[in-house]
Amino acid sequence: MDTNNTSRKDFLASLFTTGLVLAGCSSKKSPFELGAEEGVKATGQKVKLLSVDGEIIEVDKAFLKPVPELPSLTNSQERTGIPGKKFVMVIDLSRCKNLRKCQQACNHMHHVHSNLNWLKVYPMGEGEHTAPYWQPTTCMHCDEPPCVKVCPVDATFKRQDGIVLIDADRCIGCRFCMAACPYSIRVFNWEKPDTIPEELCGKPYSCETSMPQKVGTVGKCDFCPDMARKNELPHCVTACPNGTFFFGDLNEDSVTNGAETFRFSDLVKDKAGYQLMEDLGTKPSVYYLPPSARNFPFEKGLENETEKS
Amino acid sequence: MEHSNSMKLGKKTPMQPLPGNGKHGKVHLTDEQIISDLLPQKFGARGYLWIAILLVFCLVGVFAYYRQLRYGLIVTSMRDYASWGIYISNFVFFVAISLVGSLITAVLRLSGVHWATPLTRIAEIIAVAAITFAAIIIIVDMGRPERFYNLFIYGRLQSPIIWDVTVITTYFFISLLLLYIPLMPDLKIMLNGHEKKGIYKLYSFLGSFWKGTHLQFRISKKAVNILCIAIVPVAFSIHTVTSWLFATTYRPGWDSTNFGAYFISGAFLVGSGAVSVAMYVFRRYYKLENYITQEHFDKMGKIVVMLGCLYLYFNVNEYLIPAFKMKKSEEGFLNGLFIGEFAPIFWSAIFGGMIIPMIVLLFKKGRQPLPMFICGIMIVIGAWFKRYLIVTPTLLHPFLPMHNVPASYKHYFPSWEEWAIAFGSLSGALLVITIFAMLFPIIPIQETLVEQHEKELHEKAHH
Repeated sequence: MDTNNTSRKDFLASLFTTGLVLAGCSSKKSPFELGAEEGVKATGQKVKLLSVDGEIIEVDKAFLKPVPELPSLTNSQERTGIPGKKFVMVIDLSRCKNLRKCQQACNHMHHVHSNLNWLKVYPMGEGEHTAPYWQPTTCMHCDEPPCVKVCPVDATFKRQDGIVLIDADRCIGCRFCMAACPYSIRVFNWEKPDTIPEELCGKPYSCETSMPQKVGTVGKCDFCPDMARKNELPHCVTACPNGTFFFGDLNEDSVTNGAETFRFSDLVKDKAGYQLMEDLGTKPSVYYLPPSARNFPFEKGLENETEKS
Repeated sequence: MEHSNSMKLGKKTPMQPLPGNGKHGKVHLTDEQIISDLLPQKFGARGYLWIAILLVFCLVGVFAYYRQLRYGLIVTSMRDYASWGIYISNFVFFVAISLVGSLITAVLRLSGVHWATPLTRIAEIIAVAAITFAAIIIIVDMGRPERFYNLFIYGRLQSPIIWDVTVITTYFFISLLLLYIPLMPDLKIMLNGHEKKGIYKLYSFLGSFWKGTHLQFRISKKAVNILCIAIVPVAFSIHTVTSWLFATTYRPGWDSTNFGAYFISGAFLVGSGAVSVAMYVFRRYYKLENYITQEHFDKMGKIVVMLGCLYLYFNVNEYLIPAFKMKKSEEGFLNGLFIGEFAPIFWSAIFGGMIIPMIVLLFKKGRQPLPMFICGIMIVIGAWFKRYLIVTPTLLHPFLPMHNVPASYKHYFPSWEEWAIAFGSLSGALLVITIFAMLFPIIPIQETLVEQHEKELHEKAHH
């Protein structure tokens, strides 16, 4: 059973690769013609593949080559969003102890410049007699986004599924959106990001992955719509060992942190959920559950409180 | 006007001195005298040294910008919190100072004030130079200047930046026309009898179609009137929209309904300050004592006091009323200005750039050329720092505390590249004004002649 599984996976992978090879070469000569791919010598080892017509064919192994993952979505698809969805996030403040695993995962997965953070954990509650707490802050993906209102070129936009994204190929770097965002979540690539791996460098920018980040343009939390397309959770949600973040679809009225799933409306009602700076009228898609009955004392989080420098 | 039309200014024949010359007024000047006084004068060594100094500043600025293009905005000290710095405050300063063109030329003209006529061209060239560099500095501030064309391809009307681009472009062209149309008769005068060589080629290119006919005078007068009316709303728009770049956000210190009026009153003040400075300099180095008189300084001084009062009023509204409430979100920002890290600049700008000059100019002795010059400089410098105080302290007091950033992100002091570009742009604007004054009469000759003739006719009628 196990071996069977592996071979099936291999088979599908090779099918994908060959498909791309064939597609890539269709405009040129056929790879099967003699001398079509100069420098490639047939190894004699054949690989069985499933052709488009459903026939099993054999191709020499030498003609198989890995093709970088191509963006499968057009810019206008990325700007439209995932049909039928309205993404929301719930952050349970009683579970956060400033571990910053969310931040690390986010920075790592998006190759964010080492000076910048898309996700920040704020120590909140400065009042004399109020209890401090840790507040993880992502982009609020507002339904009335101030950043989108002021963008002169539609480089930052609001999608049907509620997500606010940035088109770094269009951004002119005026930073008006940064001034407009009351949550200060937007960051700017003041220099070429220092953390982009080589294989990502030449790739075209995708609004859904927000990668690769480009010098002179704005970046921010994107709610990981590329993960949502794969029916997976954003990186911060899966990275948090305490299950602080819940992600889901308002239309389905459910949110999950991977381990627990709640009916969104019940969760927000029962735990008196609120939005950040509701009074500004930005209508955030992120809801906070108050830090009551906490899992950890505030002080526990101070251990991780080292400034980036 | 009829009289002037029949003067045949373009003719090579020397003009007749008018009867009554030198008898009735303090100063009565012949037409030739006026023309030779007002034609651009040779630049001496000092003039060229001035140009050279400005050029050096410009070149250093260009070099700094080259570095910025090469390495990105990282060469500036702007970071995620202070995401706008002296580029933007310099932009606001330029837009502010350019408003004076509309004040001196249009507002005073439409209200029937004639004494300001000799100052119109000074005001207009300041406006054109400043608005040009406002546009340049905003491109310098962009992270991706090569994508500027995106504004035209993807421009969205809902963004205040698009409004700004629209009104600033409009203002630039109206100002240019208001500079150019009254210049045409002067070009004719300058071309008078000269071969079309060297610089005269430029004059002839710019003004050859000006024949000085009755019809042309009438059209030009009408055009100037239309432009004067058109420029007033456009001028109000450019600075109101510039204030909206800030007031359309939620931030403490910017979230103010007072902002448009506050900006415009400040703009008129700094513009009049700049004109006072320019008046003094041109009067002194171009020997224009007969044209820019003590009376001009006296009247400009009164205007400056009035505008200062207006600006003071809006400052009270802008700072003291929020301070009365001390909302939590504004507390840090206001304390930063009043007693915190920005207090020295804030109080210097308020006193040095507004209250002290106003007090000095309240006195007749204060409205003499030299004190006016000094007050003008104080107002202009104060205004520059005031713009800085409008932009940066707000950004350093966000709603959520500054957190999870390198220590350098929490403060802002401009890098040498930013200073170099800011000074380069200021020098550039001064260079435009200087070169204009080198090539063209800085006081409108034709209009001065007309006014002189009207005055004389008037006096004659009284005798």
